[in-house]
Amino acid sequence: MKKVYVKEEVCVGCRLCEVYCITSHSKYKDVLKAYKLETQRPTPRIVIEENKPVSFSLQCRHCDDAPCVKSCITGAMQKDPLTGVVTCDTDKCVGCWTCVLVCEFGAIIRDVNNKVASKCDLCAEAGEPACVKNCPNEALVYSEGGISV
Amino acid sequence: MSLSYLTPEFKVLRDYDKCINCKVCMRQCSFEVHSYDEHLDKMISNDMNCVNCQRCVVLCPTQALTIIKHPQTFKEHANWTYDAIRDIYRQAETGGVLLSSMGNDRPYPVYWDKIVINASQVTNPSIDPLREPMELRVYIGRKPDKIEIDENLNVKTKMPPQLKLETPIMFSAMSYGSISYNAHAALARAAEELGILYNTGEGGLHKDFRKYGKNTIVQVASGRFGVDREYLNTAAAIEIKIGQGAKPGIGGHLPGEKVSEDISATRMIPPGSDAISPAPHHDIYSIEDLAQLIYSLKEATDYQKPVGVKIAAVNNVAAIASGIARAGADYIAIDGFRGGTGAAPKRIRDNVGIPIEFAIAAVDARLRSEGIRHTISLVAAGSIRNSADIVKAIALGADAVYIATAALIALGCHMCQKCHTGKCNWGIATQDPNLVKRLNPEIGYKRLVNLVQAWSHEIKEMLGGMGINDIESLKGNRLMLRGIGMTQKELDILGILAAGE
Repeated sequence: MKKVYVKEEVCVGCRLCEVYCITSHSKYKDVLKAYKLETQRPTPRIVIEENKPVSFSLQCRHCDDAPCVKSCITGAMQKDPLTGVVTCDTDKCVGCWTCVLVCEFGAIIRDVNNKVASKCDLCAEAGEPACVKNCPNEALVYSEGGISV
Repeated sequence: MSLSYLTPEFKVLRDYDKCINCKVCMRQCSFEVHSYDEHLDKMISNDMNCVNCQRCVVLCPTQALTIIKHPQTFKEHANWTYDAIRDIYRQAETGGVLLSSMGNDRPYPVYWDKIVINASQVTNPSIDPLREPMELRVYIGRKPDKIEIDENLNVKTKMPPQLKLETPIMFSAMSYGSISYNAHAALARAAEELGILYNTGEGGLHKDFRKYGKNTIVQVASGRFGVDREYLNTAAAIEIKIGQGAKPGIGGHLPGEKVSEDISATRMIPPGSDAISPAPHHDIYSIEDLAQLIYSLKEATDYQKPVGVKIAAVNNVAAIASGIARAGADYIAIDGFRGGTGAAPKRIRDNVGIPIEFAIAAVDARLRSEGIRHTISLVAAGSIRNSADIVKAIALGADAVYIATAALIALGCHMCQKCHTGKCNWGIATQDPNLVKRLNPEIGYKRLVNLVQAWSHEIKEMLGGMGINDIESLKGNRLMLRGIGMTQKELDILGILAAGE
């Protein structure tokens, strides 16, 4: 399946991926309105790791044998058998944070405002993940089978 | 320290209706202009540090930022200008030589802009380069006095070594040290893709880039950094750097803090030591000495590679070029006074040297009058800004041009002239690993290829308009040029007629 990969050597640590992740998961899908109008700004679905000069954004790896899906106590975390995308049904999520505990990559974020797990859904509605589309240095790549370093 | 009298040069205008406090500007500014104030819950800017490189402006996701020239001025004075007063404040504070970067920014006349190009009408047909063949390929190197062919029409004459360029453009010398590893990677890869050459500058050739050897000119400068047998033999050509347009008569100084492990290995000097290029080559005090170095380098490379000489355009450039041709060089690169640099004393940059337009015309005329023009190729450098400048340079007598500032602008340079600080926010003129990453060579090389291809298309269009189908037919073809708004003396030196003549 297509996943988001990062070329850490050209990640500039600007965090625009985070800005556009928030925008992509907002009601208005517009940077300005997402930040200025939404009473509760969406929690970013990505984690940015930084230890200068190294920096990169980390998204859910959509594991084949996803521990978060296995451990979910309510069945909110599901892996789509067709697309392979792991998503969290926030209506079912109870905020027990078991998925956060078992994720080997630390890619699941606690949305404390809504008390649900927040994770990358590859911008399912938009086609191409917003972080990839808006990375100013092409450090994020959306591809099948990874990138050659 | 007492109060500084300097006021900010630029002003950061932040549209708070648009600012979303995302802090992208803060993270991207190496000059530490932007910061987040948690008490105000606002991004704030320190105008004093701003150099107008516009990294923040370009990356701001909501276009909330505008940088303007600071409206604060001194009482108007035609003689004691803003810069004149500020420079005195700076020197009174520091006691130092003023440093600057990139090319001469003073409002000297740009002669390219006073020259116009001819086109065919009625009596000779223009050519459509999209439908008919058009040749931009040039060869740099010494040409024989005559070509002999045998009865089977094979060339009998042994040709001296030549550099083949698919378009008459090369990337001029910028050392690893003055620019980043990623900038070099982009230049080398673009040169390979375009079938042209890039120039290592005087800082040696990084081992990673040896694979681009056939598209590489290596420099031998007064510091002799990174020169060994492999360096010379890896390259397609060798260039002896005598001078640079931005700082004729001045050497170079890469401060020790920029000499990282990688740069020290490439330059073959101890890490952390200052890399000093003396003003002269201490073994060259005459044309005869220069000839000795040219032939030493030819000997070291079995006479297989062209050896060129780069000089700054100065008063007696024509006589010097004649000497260089007679010393056995295969090409001469002449760098005009608007040529760029990674660091130069400001007064030198702004006041020393002559325009490339005059230098090329004078050198070409002198070499032709002496009957030795064919023995050497001529490369024009020093602020070639677009394809029309190239057409004009070639019509004035150049064989090809060198571009560097234009190439860096293609890579993202915004001409803030702060290369010497080593804090280039675009990842070009810096060795800071946090900043170097910002120049993605994958993107950079494509932008360079696009630029040179676009210019090549435009050169073809201009050639076609003149009814010429080969760039060689334009070379020294000054009848294709006319001057506007110049004195008779200027026209005479350029060897062109006035418009209407």
